[in-house]
Parts: sequence; structure tokens; C-alpha cells
Amino acid sequence: MRFMTMVKFDESLPAGPPPAELVQAMGEFAAEGARNGTLVDQGGLLPSAAGAIVSLANGTIKAVDGPFTEAKELVGGYAVLEVRSKAEAVELARRLMQLHKDHWPGWEGSCEVRQFGEPEDPTA
Amino acid sequence: MHPLSALRVRRDVIECVTDPTTQEAIEAVWRLESTRLIAGLVRMVRDVGLAEDLAQDALVAALAQWPQIGVPDNPGAWLMTIAKRRGVDQFRRRERGDQIYAAIAYAQGSSVSEEDFLVAVDHVEDDVLRLMFVCCHPVLTPEAQCTLTLKLVGGLTTREIARAYLTTEATVAQRVVRAKRTLSEARAAMEEPSESERAQRLSTVLNVIYLLYNEGYSATAGSEWMRPTLCYEAIRLGRILASLAPRESEVYGLAALMELQSSRLAARTSEDGTPILLLDQDRSRWNPVHIAHGLAALERAEGLTAELGPYALQAAIAACHARADTAEATDWVRIADLYERLARVTGSPVVEVNRAVALAMAYGPEAGLTLLDQLEGLPALSGYHLLPSVRGDLLDKLGRRAEAREEFARAATMTQNERERRLLLDRARAPS
Repeated sequence: MRFMTMVKFDESLPAGPPPAELVQAMGEFAAEGARNGTLVDQGGLLPSAAGAIVSLANGTIKAVDGPFTEAKELVGGYAVLEVRSKAEAVELARRLMQLHKDHWPGWEGSCEVRQFGEPEDPTA
Repeated sequence: MHPLSALRVRRDVIECVTDPTTQEAIEAVWRLESTRLIAGLVRMVRDVGLAEDLAQDALVAALAQWPQIGVPDNPGAWLMTIAKRRGVDQFRRRERGDQIYAAIAYAQGSSVSEEDFLVAVDHVEDDVLRLMFVCCHPVLTPEAQCTLTLKLVGGLTTREIARAYLTTEATVAQRVVRAKRTLSEARAAMEEPSESERAQRLSTVLNVIYLLYNEGYSATAGSEWMRPTLCYEAIRLGRILASLAPRESEVYGLAALMELQSSRLAARTSEDGTPILLLDQDRSRWNPVHIAHGLAALERAEGLTAELGPYALQAAIAACHARADTAEATDWVRIADLYERLARVTGSPVVEVNRAVALAMAYGPEAGLTLLDQLEGLPALSGYHLLPSVRGDLLDKLGRRAEAREEFARAATMTQNERERRLLLDRARAPS
């Protein structure tokens, strides 16, 4: 079964760019994910200043450039995982948070774990 | 000093709602660690059965201790430490005192530390690849190779394998025991394949992965895909192999082939489960993400060698279909060329039958028939129903109906598949 994990954090907190140690540790973590076959895809996202939000409200479609000052938590990166259980995905998310804890003092945030709908799998 | 006290324990995360020390959570950790744990142990003890026993002991210890002490920071190191210590204990008790245990005692050294494990992790690519080679050792039957690969490399439980193969747990357990004994007797885990053997062994690993994939892919009942586990596992194993042998074109060739075949899953049967031929499938139901992954993997395979191997060639053929928006837009000239290369690489007459179909599509039925005539009488194709079936099809297209009906009747006597037999008999009786 496939899961998407999204690391979310409050962009307004003055955490700055991720420390080199974290970047390196994340690289090793990703390599391990490739070796055990769990990591399908991943990516880090630039600050919301580089993005935009396109919304539909009251029948009006509107595009607004970032930064997204109103949002409390923003997605900073994601991974697509292929695992055998939700517990496995949660464990991998836990390890990711552990890396943040070890290498980025003061950082706070969360990792959202979501399962993909897979119509071709009758057990899903 | 307790050897584990060096490993920090992350008590601070225990109070979350998803308790990391439930049996389910511990088993999830086990799944993530078991392959390299077993692979590392095989390197040390040179015996697959013993390595798995020791790893299992470590799991039992984790299930007993982690609910109290919490999940260690580096659970892989913890499990490896326990497994090695159990090995040494057994060695001291001389229950099965032989050089296997002497090897562990040696590997254990004077102290067990996290660094010790990290050294082992440095070998992890080699270890896991060696474990794949051992599980796919030529002394084993293909069935045993598949089962052992799922168990030890895939980390599936006996129950999961049984469910995937629609058989009983006892049967699978028996298969595993027998396979491990065979490997032990052949001392398979002791060998280091030479550079020339390595290519041969790698191709066996690829075969096993593709066998697993097909076992899952071809299993249909109604409109349901019955064994998704096997397909998912095969694709996952393919991904692991790609990270272990990143310079091997065929590894990407196989990955591409599996992705491209997966792209057609939703389109390949009608609602009542009747198979739909590739050219009749609704291409809007082909999964574009799988196609994109497949084409990317194929590109990588092509970039690694000038002489594509059998998996990359099959993927290249599948890619021709994937790239065509309609069945009419298919590049049959290229497919015929790829089949010719595939026939040369594999020497398989079955591939030649497929090439005849492609030639007929590219250049007209006579071109296909000419090739089929050359294949007639080959012993390897004597019971192969697709030869007369394809022949009948091409004769039919040329308006030679009487000959076509004869071929369909001949094909009907050769197929094992009831649905196919009825279809062939219908065509054999069709009016001119």
C-alpha cells in the first residue's frame, strides 16, 4: 500500500534554512529508503514565497502569489512510500521527525501520513 | 556494563497516540529492518537457516522488551546486537557447535557496540545482494527461490505468502524449511560468486522477480486482481535491486516492463472478467503514471548499454504500445525489429511466433505466414497452441478460410484453457 507523508511546519517561525547536518542525514535516510524499497518518490519544497494558491470560492477562481501568510502550517516536503502497513509508514515518519529533532534544534512541526486510494487493489 | 546501555532509548516519544511499542508497531520496525538484519547475519554465520533463526530470536526479544524500555533510537543496531549475542550463546552451549558459531564469535569480537553495527551497515548493499543471490541459488527450484525471496528479502510472513499463493501456511513453512536445508547442504551461503557467475546469478534474481510479478499479474478471478501482494512485492524487489546494482541495464529493463504491464491492469479485463486483447483495450484506462515510470526506467536501461537484454527489449516492445494513442497508431515495424532482436538474444521460438504477428501487422499477413512456415515442425513448438492459432488468424485475413478453420481446430485440441478452447472451436466452425 502506498502512503504520502508531508512534513508541515509554521513558516513564520524563525527557523531559517535547514542545517547541513539535517540535509545530510535526510540524504542518508532517503538512500536507506531506496535500499529497502520503501521510498518511491520524494521532494522538498521551496518557501511559499515561490508559490501561489489558486482558489475557488463563491464561484470565483482566484490566483494569489505566495507567501501564504494566513496558513498556520505549510507543506515543506513530501515522500511517497510503498509499505505493507500503516504502522510501517508511521514508523518511517517517526524516524523523519527524529532526524529533525537530532539535527535541527528548536524546529517544530509535524509529518502527516496519508494513504493512497488504490482502486486496483480489492483489499484496499 | 550492559552492552545495550550505549544505545539511547527514545522514551520521550512514547506518549503519542500511535504507541510505537504495540505489537503492530514493533512488527513494522521489524519489516523495515529484517532484510538487512538477515543479510548481515548471513554474511557472518554463512547459513541462511541459522541467520533467520537468530533474527527471529531478536524479534521475540524486541516484542518482550520494547513495551517496557521503548523503541531504541537505532532499532536495527539493537536487533543485530541481540541476534549476535544469541548466536554466541548457542555457540557456548555447543548445541550445534561447529564453525558457524565460531564465525559468529569471531564476528562478535570483544564488544558489541553501535559502531559495530554501523560497520555492518557499510556492507549492506553487498549483504542484501548476496542474500538475493543465495535465495535464488540454482540448487533451488524456481518455486523455492520465489518463496525464500519473499520470506527473507521481502520480509513477508509465512501467512502472507500462503495467502498470496492461495495455499496453506503449513505448505509454505514446509517449502521454506526444505529450501533452507538444501542451501545448507550445498553450503550455498559460503560461496562468493565470481564476476562471470555474478551476471548469471543476477539474471536468475531478475527471473525470480518477474516470476513473482507474473504470478500476481496473471491471477484473475472476475474483474478482481487477486494477488496484488505479489505484484507489489515484485516491483518493490525490483526497486531494491536497482539501488543495489545501479549499473545493470536489465535491472531497469525489468522495472520498466513491470511498470508498463501494470499500466494496463484496469483495462485488461471486462466487467465479467473476460480478458480483453491488448489491441482492443480502452487506452484511456491505461495508467499514465505507471507509463511515465516505465518509460523513464526504459530510458535508463537504454542509456547503460548498446546491446539491450531480454527484459529491456520486452519493455521496449511494451513501450511501443504505451506510446501509441490508438491501436492503429502502433509502430509495428519497430515492434517487429525489437522481436527480431529479442529472438536473437533469447533463442526462443515462442518469441518468433510473436515476431510473425508483428511482421503481419507491419507488412501484411503473408510476411507473418512466411516466418510461421519456417517454425512449423520445431520440436519446441510442437504443443504450442498459439502457433496454429496465429496461423489460422493470418490465413483468415488472407481469405483462405478452409485452411484457417483447420488451424483453429488444431489449436483447440492443444490449449489447456477452457475459455480459449471454446473461442477456437467457434472460429473453427465459423461459416465461410
